[in-house]
Amino acid sequence: MVDKSIKGWSRNEMAQKVALDIQDGAYVNLGIGMPELVADFVPEDREFIYHTENGLLGMGPAPKEGEEDPELINAGKKPVTAIAGASFFHHADSFTMIRGKHIDVCVLGAMQVAENGDLANWSTGEPHAIPAVGGAMDLVAGVKTIYVITQHTTKEGEFKIVKECTYPLTGQKVVDRIYTDLAVIDVKEEGLFVKELGPGITFEYLQEKTGAKLNQY
Amino acid sequence: MINKIYRSAAEAVEGIFDGATIMISGFGEAGSPIELIHALIDQGAKDLTIVSNNTGSGHVGLAALIENKRVRKMICSFPRTANSTVFPELYRKGEIELELVPQGTLAERIRSGGAGIPAFYTPTSYGTPLAEGKETREFNGTMYVMEHAIRADFSLVKCKSADRYGNLIYNKTARNFGPIMCTAAETAIVQAKEIVEPGEIDPEIVVTPGIFVKRVVEISNPLEESQLVKEGRSYPW
Repeated sequence: MVDKSIKGWSRNEMAQKVALDIQDGAYVNLGIGMPELVADFVPEDREFIYHTENGLLGMGPAPKEGEEDPELINAGKKPVTAIAGASFFHHADSFTMIRGKHIDVCVLGAMQVAENGDLANWSTGEPHAIPAVGGAMDLVAGVKTIYVITQHTTKEGEFKIVKECTYPLTGQKVVDRIYTDLAVIDVKEEGLFVKELGPGITFEYLQEKTGAKLNQY
Repeated sequence: MINKIYRSAAEAVEGIFDGATIMISGFGEAGSPIELIHALIDQGAKDLTIVSNNTGSGHVGLAALIENKRVRKMICSFPRTANSTVFPELYRKGEIELELVPQGTLAERIRSGGAGIPAFYTPTSYGTPLAEGKETREFNGTMYVMEHAIRADFSLVKCKSADRYGNLIYNKTARNFGPIMCTAAETAIVQAKEIVEPGEIDPEIVVTPGIFVKRVVEISNPLEESQLVKEGRSYPW
């Protein structure tokens, strides 16, 4: 399935691309999984403040072993730390920050992204799956800029960037930019535009791996 | 004299009746009032509707309440987590109802319930399956979904410090749903790690003013859910 001659970006390189696109001083919410890697690549001359929707602004890195506090965790329920200057708050305030458009950037994973910016990342819709949504729908409805970071296709090679999502939506027309192992793609009113191709990736190859029409700037 | 202090968790949950709607604070184990939940299991009320972000883990706390068949319906945003098997099994068998609510909508429905606002419009979930059947409306070119407030008969909440008036402060991210759940219940029941004299909590830093709280009990060494799960414990012991 995987053609070894095709390179693309590593997960760390993808995360670094995202970090470079976030402005100094931004309030940032990172989703669980690959989005969390973004925090490892903040350029030295920039400061981001991390929001975690369970009630902490100014989230710091994971604590040293033995210093974990079960009452100081992130949205993925993993132990974290609080930076000097952090604040704690209840859930209604936390989602006031989100829905009230106070958070600048949210980086999320995706199951599918459609060419119009529709995002599906919470459920496959299978009848026996236990549905669970968490804060995903609030984040995409309220955060000013939504970046998606994801492998370009599934492990089985199925399209993740599609004409129309077949999985249940998280939000309509919410994604601004997609970072994959193969390319960085802008989601615009007129469709999908390739901002940058990964190393060794041609536009034609990228189009072959994409279930929606791509445009060149 | 006002004194909201109860001597034990068992006394604090007295009067919870079959069919009650109960809000339970916590995000995962952080802020989950495990001693109050265990006292509720002992107390025996059943056919409950529980409003809580998750469904508990292992076989203690909220998961144990569910496993002991006390819960008819869960209203929550994320019913599965690591080590949560009790709810998924009952749900697949059709033995428990689920109302799935986006996390921010859940928080705002509770906040509204406490604030006397019967319903509100939110952009969250518009155009998704979770908005199906709900009233929608356009404001300034954006579509919104109408959501109803939630009120409860009781709330079970965990905090760090409390006084006899019911003034509360919380600990770090264990605050999560506690403050809004205190406002939205007829009877908010709180377990505090310590009970202090009035005035010891600086009025400038009181998070939940005592007016929202009816009962307080001191649980100075609360159990750690993750530790109990690791040890494979299940409640009742």
